[in-house]
Amino acid sequence: MELNQYLSMFIDESKEHLQAMNENLLSLESNPADIAIVANIFRSAHTLKGMSATMGFEDIAALTHEMENVLDLVRNSKLAMNPFIFDCVFKSLDSLESMVEDIIQGGTGKADVTQIVAALRSIVTGDYNKPAAGGGAQAAAPAKKEAVKGIEVDEFQYSILQQSIDSGFHVFYIEVTVREDCVLKAARAYMVFDQLYQNGEIVKSTPSVQEIEQEKFDRSFSVYYISRIDQEALDKLISSVSEIQSPLIMAVDKTSLEEMSRSKAEAEVVSASKEIAPAAPAAPVAAPKAEPAAPAAARPAAGGAPVANRTIRVDIERLDALMNLFSELLIDRVRLEQLASEVKRSELTETVEHMSRVSSDLQNIVLKLRMVPVDSVFNRFPRMIRDLAKSLDKKVDLIITGAETELDRTVIDEIGDPLVHLLRNAVDHGIEPIVDRVAAGKNETGTIHLRAFHSGNHVFIEIEEDGRGINREKVLKTALKNGLVTQEQAAKLSDSEVYQLLFESGFSTADKISDISGRGVGLDVVKTKIQMLGGHVQVDSKFGQGSKFSVQLPLTLSIISAMLVKLGSEKYAIPLSSIVETAAVQRSQIRNIHGNKMIDYRKSVIPLVSLSHLFEIPDYNEEDEEETEIVVVRKGDKQVALMVDEFIGQQEIVLKSLGKYLTGMFAISGATILGDGQVALIIDPNALIK
Amino acid sequence: MGEEKKVIVFALGTEEYGVEVEKVRTIERMQPLTRVPKAADFIKGVINLRGVVIPIIDLRARFGLSQAEYTDATRMIIVSQGEYEVGLIVDSANDVIDLDTDDIDNPPEIVGGIKAKYLDGIARIGDDRLLVLLNLEQVLEKHEIQQLERIED
Repeated sequence: MELNQYLSMFIDESKEHLQAMNENLLSLESNPADIAIVANIFRSAHTLKGMSATMGFEDIAALTHEMENVLDLVRNSKLAMNPFIFDCVFKSLDSLESMVEDIIQGGTGKADVTQIVAALRSIVTGDYNKPAAGGGAQAAAPAKKEAVKGIEVDEFQYSILQQSIDSGFHVFYIEVTVREDCVLKAARAYMVFDQLYQNGEIVKSTPSVQEIEQEKFDRSFSVYYISRIDQEALDKLISSVSEIQSPLIMAVDKTSLEEMSRSKAEAEVVSASKEIAPAAPAAPVAAPKAEPAAPAAARPAAGGAPVANRTIRVDIERLDALMNLFSELLIDRVRLEQLASEVKRSELTETVEHMSRVSSDLQNIVLKLRMVPVDSVFNRFPRMIRDLAKSLDKKVDLIITGAETELDRTVIDEIGDPLVHLLRNAVDHGIEPIVDRVAAGKNETGTIHLRAFHSGNHVFIEIEEDGRGINREKVLKTALKNGLVTQEQAAKLSDSEVYQLLFESGFSTADKISDISGRGVGLDVVKTKIQMLGGHVQVDSKFGQGSKFSVQLPLTLSIISAMLVKLGSEKYAIPLSSIVETAAVQRSQIRNIHGNKMIDYRKSVIPLVSLSHLFEIPDYNEEDEEETEIVVVRKGDKQVALMVDEFIGQQEIVLKSLGKYLTGMFAISGATILGDGQVALIIDPNALIK
Repeated sequence: MGEEKKVIVFALGTEEYGVEVEKVRTIERMQPLTRVPKAADFIKGVINLRGVVIPIIDLRARFGLSQAEYTDATRMIIVSQGEYEVGLIVDSANDVIDLDTDDIDNPPEIVGGIKAKYLDGIARIGDDRLLVLLNLEQVLEKHEIQQLERIED
């Protein structure tokens, strides 16, 4: 079916739009009166509706349609956002996301959206607030609907009013209420009108004159009125009509005219609910009446017009193919360099040198192709933190810096889950409940800083919060209880070593297991995952003030510097990042302690590892030699010396995966292809250091 | 008439075996292998195939048959089964033939020292040729291997 080619486009674009809507909605929450943001959300919803309708995803189209209706009212200032509406729209977005997810998984994108649709519809009609409206809500609703059509002053009338003000006429906004016990409402209204006609001009009346004559109004009506008489006289005039309550007369000048037209929503409801005081919105439509200045001072919409994106979507498979081919090229380059040095022809050497330079540049570019800004991972966090904080009744501010920092695509895919876990921990365990924070003299809103930055050959991601910090004693207590450390070891541990204990499996000091965390399974998985990516995680904390989790990741995964070594006829590679030093030891220097071979190494004694034995090398055994070459490797603060046959040299190698069939190989993290086309296995030193 | 199946025919000793053509990526001559320490004994190592590292299994070892010297005729059949891409060392690989699925029978318990579970069936081709069809999924089944490794440890 032709639609299938469009399906992946639809999925990509829907995800983008949903993401944009989420972000915009979040910023709208902090600036509820910023209409420009609403317009952006509306546009996204509108586009989404069109796309999903074209693709035949009716449920998505229907839901977006209802969202559009709500958003339309808001962007035309006929409706103002409030927590209920925000929640509804967020819920709709969640629904849309799960429907799109369903489509990605091959489903139909159908879902039961009747509840949300009903909620959205009730927002449009205003029914959702039935209990909240002050008095006579039922009457208010339909009356308001009528009034919605009513008190708008159209442009023509608006300019008349403006010109009248300019020409020195008095412009009034008058609300007249007929007394409760009045029987002939229409007659009384007519009499008021009569008085008004004789003394000036009625620009607009709500309800319309015909409707008033037909008694199609509740108890009050309002008019915009131009006259030469002053307010007092006007008041007397209207009050002289019997069975009329004292009228509300507001002199209208230029600014209040603008206010009026903006808050006409409130005005309608005010008139409908019979509460004359304009300052007291019993109105379900809340807040913005009090801030007419806000829309006037409307900040330029976040970012203004979307910057035209000069990017192309590239299939990930193509990028991978490009990377593979390029790695082949690298291998040949090394080979050529070898050959050139053997052949020793100057032209050949020059050409090869030039080719090396060009391919180095190519290398940088290709590597950068795989780099993706962390923003793609970070962008779902604000929403997550918001929901989390809400559910825990805490106030949390998430400040993200460095979202444009780039990471290798494979790292990006894997780093999301650990970060989610760390962030959830920060909100759940780090930030204290509002009461505690205030008691501690802190701001009731906790802050979480999420930072990403480059440094050297690494990318750092930090999660820092100003919460309650880590209690060293509590951690040690649990560690002792779980047998992770002994009493004497505990005393000697530095603070950061104590905090590292948190990453041991089964460790949790949370007193209660919450839905979110506390099961003691999370942090060890986080650490493992980060280590699998070639990085590490560190904790810093001040009890009472907060904690900082720092994740360090390598910049690129696929090309690393390594030391090539020989073990008999076999070649192996050891990642340079793990190597401390290379040296040679004499047989006599090897001590035997408790059955383990050890050597003195710079003020400490470190274990010796026999690779020939571990790897069952057929043609090499260091016990046959007097002097053995060693490579000292490090993991954290532990060090170990690996015994090897010969050093070959340092080289940049391209990491190759061993494939899905060979998983879990002992102490081997991958393979590389050497200049001669042979495969060399890459040793994982961490597996050799316990 | 049943369906047609195209099969690549290879030999282990005197027996002939078949693998569906769709699963075969390429057939290569023997190359020097890089040994992988501590792997199951039938995993002879890995090779570099145009930039991709492929693990190589010796089928004789996998089936517990006696080992043989590699000759000029020895080939590596690179197959793709599910997520796995693996090379199988065989004594020789020569033919591609068409089989009718009707002609495929269930294998008896042990054929040529290979347990029936590794086999998909037996087909009679021509007058006196018997072709044993391999069940690649079972051949590449890792669970058993992991158990083997655990026993060794």
